[in-house]
Amino acid sequence: MADGSIGLWTVPLAVFGGAIRVSTPFLFVSLGECITERSGRINLGLEGTLIMGAMSAYGISYLSGSPWLGVLAAGITGALLGALHAGICSLPRVNDIAVGIALMLFGTGLAFYLGKPLIEPTAARLPAIDFGWWSDIPQVRAALRINVLFLIGVAIAPILFWAFRTTRWGLLIRTAGESSDAARAMGYSVLWIRLRATMVGGFLAGIGGSFLSLFYPGSWNEGLSSGQGITAVALVIFARWDPMLCLWASLAFGGAAALGPALQSVGVTSGYHLFNAAPYILTLAIMIITCSPKRTLTGAPAELSITR
Amino acid sequence: MTTEAADPVEAVAVSPAADPGFLQRYGTTIEYILIPGAALVGALAVFGIFVALFGKNPLDLYFYMYQGAFGTWFSWQNTLTRAAPLILTALCTALPAQLGMVIIGGEGALLIGALSATSIALAMPWASPLVVQIAMVCAGVVGGGLWITLAGALRQYRGVNETISSLLLVYIGLAILNHLVEGAMRDPSSLNKPSTREIGAANMIGSIPGTDVHWGLVFGMVAALASYILIYHTVFGFAARVAGGNIRAARIVGLGVGKLIMTICFLAGGAAGLAGMIEVAAVQGRTNANLAAGYGFTGILVAFLARQNPLAIIPVAILLGGISASGGLLQRRLGLPDASVLVLQGIIFVFVLASDALYGRVGFLKGKS
Repeated sequence: MADGSIGLWTVPLAVFGGAIRVSTPFLFVSLGECITERSGRINLGLEGTLIMGAMSAYGISYLSGSPWLGVLAAGITGALLGALHAGICSLPRVNDIAVGIALMLFGTGLAFYLGKPLIEPTAARLPAIDFGWWSDIPQVRAALRINVLFLIGVAIAPILFWAFRTTRWGLLIRTAGESSDAARAMGYSVLWIRLRATMVGGFLAGIGGSFLSLFYPGSWNEGLSSGQGITAVALVIFARWDPMLCLWASLAFGGAAALGPALQSVGVTSGYHLFNAAPYILTLAIMIITCSPKRTLTGAPAELSITR
Repeated sequence: MTTEAADPVEAVAVSPAADPGFLQRYGTTIEYILIPGAALVGALAVFGIFVALFGKNPLDLYFYMYQGAFGTWFSWQNTLTRAAPLILTALCTALPAQLGMVIIGGEGALLIGALSATSIALAMPWASPLVVQIAMVCAGVVGGGLWITLAGALRQYRGVNETISSLLLVYIGLAILNHLVEGAMRDPSSLNKPSTREIGAANMIGSIPGTDVHWGLVFGMVAALASYILIYHTVFGFAARVAGGNIRAARIVGLGVGKLIMTICFLAGGAAGLAGMIEVAAVQGRTNANLAAGYGFTGILVAFLARQNPLAIIPVAILLGGISASGGLLQRRLGLPDASVLVLQGIIFVFVLASDALYGRVGFLKGKS
């Protein structure tokens, strides 16, 4: 009995494995939102982007048989929704937070509409790499079955960190976010920079959605995402707009979200719903601790409407 | 959400009215009706193209939408029944908007209000129906009110963004509801759909005589009217609008901004909580996951379409209630998925926000000033 041999270690192990699995959508959405917010705009619509990404990835994977085409389709869908957000926001006197709420509802509705025929069929799923081959214990092997997307996400974080500091594009995005006047004085179009930053952000969030439908939980249904997108947006604030902190924060949130299922697997079923709400409670608690009414947050892009 | 939503009365008072031409006097009002109206028509047109891509005839679509929403007495009653909670959840967004706050957590306040109302009704089985109903209203208002006050307090005292916190509170509220409904408050006889025990037929609030529309519609209209009077015709409302326009100016003239935020948030959450109480006491008869039907989220759209004006919320809620009422007919006659209502709502929302760019730019409304 392998189950008995590791006893209560099942819970931390399942939390660890769950942290890696569950954190991937958080990671992609928060990195995408990080780029968008650094350019001075907030896109609350990534919740809708995540669900649209999940639906389109599942649909394309089902139709083409290739899950990677599905991932690409999810990214493109996300980029299109990002372009829609940026396009509407570039009109005068339009509030980016409100547009985000609208796109959240629009993306969710559209995904449910188009995804109606996809609830039944089974699509090709993304493969996992078995890092647990050295172990005989099934729980360890299960925890270490890691998806390539997670590794890509982990790689993107330091690349973004580096890109924000040293590349011309990173500097342009930050300039647009800190002072649109400065960017304009340098002869750059702020709207154009933000359009591209929002599209890249949407692209990443769409890929995060593809992970939901093609790997974990690995199916398409209307309850697939419940607030992961918005949690990830809040997470960017907690991570102080730093891509590396986004990575650590996503892992912590993934662990919190995996706690409920992990406890359920060892027979603790009471409070299941409350444990499932752990990421939201954690987000709120962290925002309460880290925000302050007296000063703007360190690292906050000055142009961001949410930090006024 | 520019906060320039000055009411027509004030607009007249401000302009010197040397030449009180029709356009000058009513130009702003016409603008506030014409532009959202045009946005609505544009959204309907885009939705028509959208369904045409799926091989449905857009004219059929518009016909069945009208039929399902306002075509018969039956559909009117369906529409008004759905409008009732929408008026109240829209107030949950519109009242804080006067202070420049964007609260989108009406769904959470609705759930907590429903839960509080059900709890108090189940706790007093001996009381007469009227007492139970009054207690339910109070519990619903207080429960929902405190829920949104929490988001307001976090904004005021900790600087936590109220949009994100109120949305997180929706998911937390839903978790609490599910936890209690499947645990401590579960009726053992509810097998497939975990629910609380029923509040009892005698305690239900019933219908307006001669109709199948429940009294919740009246509750909602009274709440919207009271909110309108509060915002536009009291000192408190004036203070709130000053603070919403310029928070620094409000502090300089000595307005207690914290108190304003807390009071407005309590009223806003109370309205959504009342919607939850009504859904329990007039429709469901008990609390279960059915209550999370999205009224809170549609309410956000209603508030934005009404440009955060409590009085305009009533017709807009009826319109959106009609759209959601027509969903069933669209499903049966045209074979559209039930999510088509959500798609249309999303398109309307996008158009309404984009139309914000048009204010003050419609040539013939500018008048001669």
